[in-house]
Amino acid sequence: MKRSFESPITLLGARALAPFIMMFGLYVIFHGHYSPGGGFQGGALLAASVLLMRVASGSKTSSLILSNAVTTPMGVVGVLIYFGTGLLAMFLGGSNFLDYEGLPIPGMSPFYLRYTGILIIEVGVGLAVMAALVLIYDKMADGEVSQ
Amino acid sequence: MIWEFELVLFVFLVFAAIVALEARNLLVSVVMLSVFSFSAALLFASMGAVDVGFTEAVVGAGVTGILFVIAIHKTSAKTND
Repeated sequence: MKRSFESPITLLGARALAPFIMMFGLYVIFHGHYSPGGGFQGGALLAASVLLMRVASGSKTSSLILSNAVTTPMGVVGVLIYFGTGLLAMFLGGSNFLDYEGLPIPGMSPFYLRYTGILIIEVGVGLAVMAALVLIYDKMADGEVSQ
Repeated sequence: MIWEFELVLFVFLVFAAIVALEARNLLVSVVMLSVFSFSAALLFASMGAVDVGFTEAVVGAGVTGILFVIAIHKTSAKTND
């Protein structure tokens, strides 16, 4: 780039848009089991809102939203939620990997148990996808060039 | 689906692809790739594949655009050929 300067219009637009994208991402994750979308799409939307703020405002301001150091543990937690649920269902239910009917939640019919299992899985997938996309951006933009 | 609308979307698709290939400035190419992805997403949604269209809109028009801009920012903005 020739020169980089801060534009108040871009910053204001990104600040106005980012919370709504994040809200829509949460909606997509939590309604993923009976409408289009799911963990991956919702996580990508959450990552898009964070990346919008990172592009618009630079790394100092945007690391207040999601710190650089937090992304790797977040992705690990997402993967652990996924495999933890799957293995719990496998060992306690005595059946296959990710067979939600084996989940040890008392007082739930198998029908609702399956819904709840898919919801937990999608929260894990969303966390992992969001953390991975933001991590890729952070690694690529490491040591910002501005000549 | 109304076939006129689909025709307009297909024309947009081809136009955006040609401009993205021929532009000298790489930022123009990135924006045109986003336009391409968005038209493709609308076409997918109109053909009944809402999930595929959703993923294409989020990843193709959103995240890869940002990653391409960062890659251009790290290198030079003009093509050599």
